[in-house]
Amino acid sequence: MIDADEIGSPVSADKNSSLKKRLLHALQHNWKSIVVFVPFFWLLLFFLAPFFIVLKISMAEPAIASPPFQPMFEWVDDGIVQIKLVFGNFAYLWEDDLYLNTYINSVKISGISTVICLLIGYPMAYAIVRASDTYKHILLMLIILPFWTSFLLRVYAWMGLLADQGTINSLLIYLGIIDDPIRLLYTPFAVYIGIVYTYLPFMILPLYANMEKLDASLREVAADLGAKPSTTFLTVTLPLTIPGIIAGSLLVFIPATGEFVIPDLLGGGNVLMIGRLLYNEFTANHDWPIASAVAIILLIVLVLPMMLYQRTQGKQVET
Amino acid sequence: MSNKANLADRPWMDPDVQPFIKLRGVSKHFGPFIAVDNVDLEIYKGELFSLLGGSGCGKTTLLRLLAGFETPSTGTIYIDGVDMTNVPPYERPVNMMFQSYALFPHMTVENNVAYGLKRDGIEKNEIKRRVGEMLAMVELTQFSKRKPHQLSGGQKQRVALARSLVKQPKVLLLDEPLGALDKRLRENTQFELMNIQEQLGVTFVVVTHDQEEAMTLSTRIAMMHNGRFMQIGTPTEIYEFPDSRLVANFIGSANMFEGRVTENGPDHIIVQCKEPECEFYIDHGFAIQEGTKVWTAIRPEKIKVSKTAPESVESNQLKGVIDDIGYLGKLSTYRVRVGDDTIIEITSPNLSRPRDGSLAHDWEDKIYLSWDPSSVVVLTK
Repeated sequence: MIDADEIGSPVSADKNSSLKKRLLHALQHNWKSIVVFVPFFWLLLFFLAPFFIVLKISMAEPAIASPPFQPMFEWVDDGIVQIKLVFGNFAYLWEDDLYLNTYINSVKISGISTVICLLIGYPMAYAIVRASDTYKHILLMLIILPFWTSFLLRVYAWMGLLADQGTINSLLIYLGIIDDPIRLLYTPFAVYIGIVYTYLPFMILPLYANMEKLDASLREVAADLGAKPSTTFLTVTLPLTIPGIIAGSLLVFIPATGEFVIPDLLGGGNVLMIGRLLYNEFTANHDWPIASAVAIILLIVLVLPMMLYQRTQGKQVET
Repeated sequence: MSNKANLADRPWMDPDVQPFIKLRGVSKHFGPFIAVDNVDLEIYKGELFSLLGGSGCGKTTLLRLLAGFETPSTGTIYIDGVDMTNVPPYERPVNMMFQSYALFPHMTVENNVAYGLKRDGIEKNEIKRRVGEMLAMVELTQFSKRKPHQLSGGQKQRVALARSLVKQPKVLLLDEPLGALDKRLRENTQFELMNIQEQLGVTFVVVTHDQEEAMTLSTRIAMMHNGRFMQIGTPTEIYEFPDSRLVANFIGSANMFEGRVTENGPDHIIVQCKEPECEFYIDHGFAIQEGTKVWTAIRPEKIKVSKTAPESVESNQLKGVIDDIGYLGKLSTYRVRVGDDTIIEITSPNLSRPRDGSLAHDWEDKIYLSWDPSSVVVLTK
């Protein structure tokens, strides 16, 4: 720092450039801590702080006020702070079957969707990796292309396709395969379609990244040592793509569990998922503490696979 | 050459022995690029055969054709008398050691070596025994539980070798087997490879770009260029009797001069060169027309250097000035300027230890060069 001052021109007209130099100097010497601090600060501000706010609300008592809950800290006469923590909200979630069933249903739906995504995505990723360079880029582009239109718009498009008077039913009736429209929209089936469709790229991309790194000569070695293509897949390719499978599955499973838009628009009232429940508690019931408790539990349900993910990532770095 | 004992070491000279690997008119095209261009080749049982050439000469493609990773565009490949042209790699009696070693990163050393045996459905105890034997041979027994990333380059190389040998293949294909090792390890491993090959009697086909490696290892070398064989022969044949300038230049170094055949006798020929002005007397007959343009080549170590004029005749000698000296300890290389701008390279062993530290020859020394009539190679290609 002192160096920069000494080097900096004493002429006052150059004050700006001297400041610039000092800043540059500081950057050059502290860039490591700056680089680490930025994401750290970001997480602190936008993840940890909101989390504690939600946690605080989850332990408050509802009230007809704005915001609609009682404060946690209260000033009692002699400058004593009274802290009130209510765990009744969590107990309530446990007592009412609705919440438990919704959690189970959410995990079930996103779990099954994850498996379907994996079954569709794995061969697709594999095919893209094996394609020639020209096709590879086009195919990858096609995977990413849907992101260029609004997610909401694409879900609405599915409503148009699946509705009783929608494209699919009209086509089937026109072809004479069915007489009356099949109920597609507002069924679990529609929700599965929506989730699988939306989250498939999140499965394919990490799998692709994983497979792309695989040394092609490993497959050749296996063949050379007498393994048929199917055996090579089971003994070499599959075990070596497990990190990609885990990464892709978590990227699908975690957001799908808390998904709101898809079950709301495609499932209607028939498919209860935690995102919708959360929304209802916040808006219709105006019960912020219960809603917050629902969110906290959801977080805990999802932190588990997250930790699993972190561990495999760590292992991957090791090897 | 006619006695049998001699032929046992040189099966390619015995008309009664069937080749173990036979290629007939094999080509491989990648789009417009011709990697292997209509080659015929015979490799005999127990040989250590090297495919030598610069990058892109087609040597690796040829190896991959033998392994079955590529199918030839045209031609036929026979291994042990069976047509293998369209047989997939997992059904061929050959194993390959990859340049990158390609060890399975998720398996221990032991499981890497056992992989091939497991595919054959061999009984567990038998697998264990054979893997143990193999690891003992490459001296990796104590590393059997390690993963590949915990091994050094030399250890990985040995695991790869063990893995490719454990199935007792009829042919082992090695793609630049020593390419990733440092010089010292390389030299040791070269001899280890030769010992193993002798011990097991497996036919080795080695791809390499390193001429020294090829010379040390091989029974025969096939020199490749642009997808074709330039010359196939024993290391001695290739080195002492190259038949083209390309081979003479790739294997070792050679001083080459352009000239014309001026005399063609039954037991000798004479080639007259313009630059440097010199008459080459070659003491063996050569089926060539007088007046034909040819190249003569002399290896650097076959030229004698002397301070006084050699007595003999006027042919096979030159006068020059030492331009540059490279002292390498056991030998020195001299770059000698002859005439206006011809540089001749000479290597000469430093036989005696100079008392005062001065070398036998010095910069700008005027010296005489001479060579035996048998040392000159005539190249027509």
